[in-house]
Amino acid sequence: MPSEYRLILKYADEPGYTPDIECYLRHGGYDALKKALALQPKDLPDGAKRSGPEQIRQEVMASGLRGRGGAGFSCGLKWSFVDRKSGKPIYLICNADESEPGTFKDRQIIHKDPHQLIEGMIISCFANDVHLAYIYIRGEMPDGARLLNRALQEARAKNFLGKDILGNGYDLEMHVHRGAGAYICGEETGLIESLEGKRPYPRIKPPYFPAVLGLWMCPTIVNNVETLCNVKHIVAMGGTEFAKLGTPNNTGTRIVSLSGHVKKPGCYEIEVGRATIGQLIFDANFGGGLRDGRKLKAVIPGGSSAKVFKAGEKFKIKDKEVDMLDLPYDFDSLIQAGSMSGSSAIIVMDDSTDIVGALANIAEFYAHESCGQCTPCREGSLWMSKALHRLTHGEGRAQDADYLVKIADNIPGGRTICAFGEACAWPVQSFVAKFKDEFVDKGAADEERRAKKSKGAGPGMEMKLAASQQH
Amino acid sequence: MSFTVPANLEAEIDKLITHYPVKRAASLMVLHAIQEHFGWISQEAVEWTAKKLELQPINVYELVTFYPMLRQQPMGKYQIKVCRTLSCALGGAYELHKHFCEKLGLDAHAHGPQTTKDGKFTVEFVECLASCGTAPVMMVNDDFHEAVSHAKADEIVGRCK
Ligand SMILES: Cc1cc2nc3c(=O)[nH]c(=O)nc-3n(C[C@H](O)[C@H](O)[C@H](O)COP(=O)(O)O)c2cc1C
Ligand code: SF4
Ligand code: FES
Repeated sequence: MPSEYRLILKYADEPGYTPDIECYLRHGGYDALKKALALQPKDLPDGAKRSGPEQIRQEVMASGLRGRGGAGFSCGLKWSFVDRKSGKPIYLICNADESEPGTFKDRQIIHKDPHQLIEGMIISCFANDVHLAYIYIRGEMPDGARLLNRALQEARAKNFLGKDILGNGYDLEMHVHRGAGAYICGEETGLIESLEGKRPYPRIKPPYFPAVLGLWMCPTIVNNVETLCNVKHIVAMGGTEFAKLGTPNNTGTRIVSLSGHVKKPGCYEIEVGRATIGQLIFDANFGGGLRDGRKLKAVIPGGSSAKVFKAGEKFKIKDKEVDMLDLPYDFDSLIQAGSMSGSSAIIVMDDSTDIVGALANIAEFYAHESCGQCTPCREGSLWMSKALHRLTHGEGRAQDADYLVKIADNIPGGRTICAFGEACAWPVQSFVAKFKDEFVDKGAADEERRAKKSKGAGPGMEMKLAASQQH
Repeated sequence: MSFTVPANLEAEIDKLITHYPVKRAASLMVLHAIQEHFGWISQEAVEWTAKKLELQPINVYELVTFYPMLRQQPMGKYQIKVCRTLSCALGGAYELHKHFCEKLGLDAHAHGPQTTKDGKFTVEFVECLASCGTAPVMMVNDDFHEAVSHAKADEIVGRCK
């Protein structure tokens, strides 16, 4: 039976482990930073020299680390795109907006081990010649913001931050910036606009790739909290050692946020791909199974934006038929199965769940959170939510299932500025495709009930007449 | 009524501004500081902030109208925010919200924040609070509460003096 592999959350839940710097130092804290700062230039065979920061970037590339925020993009590659010749300052922003429904892993790190994040950030900044960095934390985490501010002060007092860090000649300052309750601030260019003091309207790419034209039109790195923590461990253990964790192309660990209808919801850190979705839900080491007497109905595998899996669904992966529950929980398998591990949040729904209601809930989220710049996203997300509201309030129609898909199909695929377009369409497309009967039946039942009601001389009858006279 | 920012708040705001090479970037943090002190952001507060950051009032106003956490009118002394998103909904968030509304004499079906007549409580639904494993969750002002049963909800309300 697979079990947890705790790299990032190694100490977080240990009794007596506290978020202050003394406790962190007692557990080997800031040793990786000291190691990073002490790296000597290396002579290359061609006579060139590789600086310490370059060596760290090399290690991160070798580690195979992929972003933990949602897209799973190679961290080393992202850093390699940074424009280092522009002469402009390079900024780093930690994305601590954690707002993808179902996700609660960054909260654990921030609340229980903030110095790990700060150490990861300082090393990442040193590796990329960054002298000013921000932690963008969602507004609804005021305690997290206070904890981070205190941790930053402690780090400054020990000269892990500030001028001439540990006598190495390197300067770095770091500040906490709070959001104010808008999901779109998690999208990296929306985040940058928000940090600049504007509405968080995502920017169009190209040309506004953060690595080239980011914060104040300067090269900018945006990484998730968990990604940045990993950098500390990559420096501590070396990129190749790190790459031995997990599975090929899916290296390291991931903190899985498990919620919904399981006995033991919570955060479980696993080696990527070394546990299946089924194990995460049912094994005693993880979710511990469904509530007694319940059967599995559906699983959202990567935050609410990810396409839903239906219990019993089978996929062809590398010519083998694989049941949904037997999919290894990693980046690539879930993409092959037509969904994604996204922010590594698994939401479990048992057979007590009203699937139409669940989608209505998700659709309401997206309708509320669309920033409104792009017509397909702004209007589409609202229409879908309204149709689903009708369907869940006795006003549905049998044709609503097709109507929903028609709207959803017209949002993604390059019609919008940011990936929110995809994020709001995918749940609708997948829920309706996989549970179509439930949507059609519900609409048909509503129609039947309304038809029955309007027979006889009730108010329904009058309305019907009034409507037909308009033609 | 004139709008005056006390000296210690202004000092805090001046410090926040130093965190950014461009003043405008401090807007959100300044608005948070103002809201923490006054409870909401008035038109005068918008104008004061704009002046402070060398902006036009519209640059600040467009933030106040966009971000859900920024308030354009005074709210209750205790702001109850119940998460309504999927994991919490599966864990009974709608029932919890209804419980609060019934207890405090508010309409569970009304849209947006609602404040009790005595100005003591504001109740509203919010989106995922990033603690879905301990559903249903809620906040009262800055305090966070997990796995809130109806009994726990009553206790929380009871503690609000
Ligand atoms: C609508 C939307 C919301 C997002 N929300 C978050 C978020 O809350 N936290 C996060 O780390 N990344 C979020 N992302 C992904 C970021 O845009 C970005 O890819 C990520 O922060 C990069 O960090 P990583 O490479 O370390 O994963 C979101 C993306 C989109 C399109
Ligand atoms: S896709 Fe939606 S959220 Fe993204 S920029 Fe367009 S309107 Fe805004
Ligand atoms: S759904 Fe309520 S905290 Fe995430």
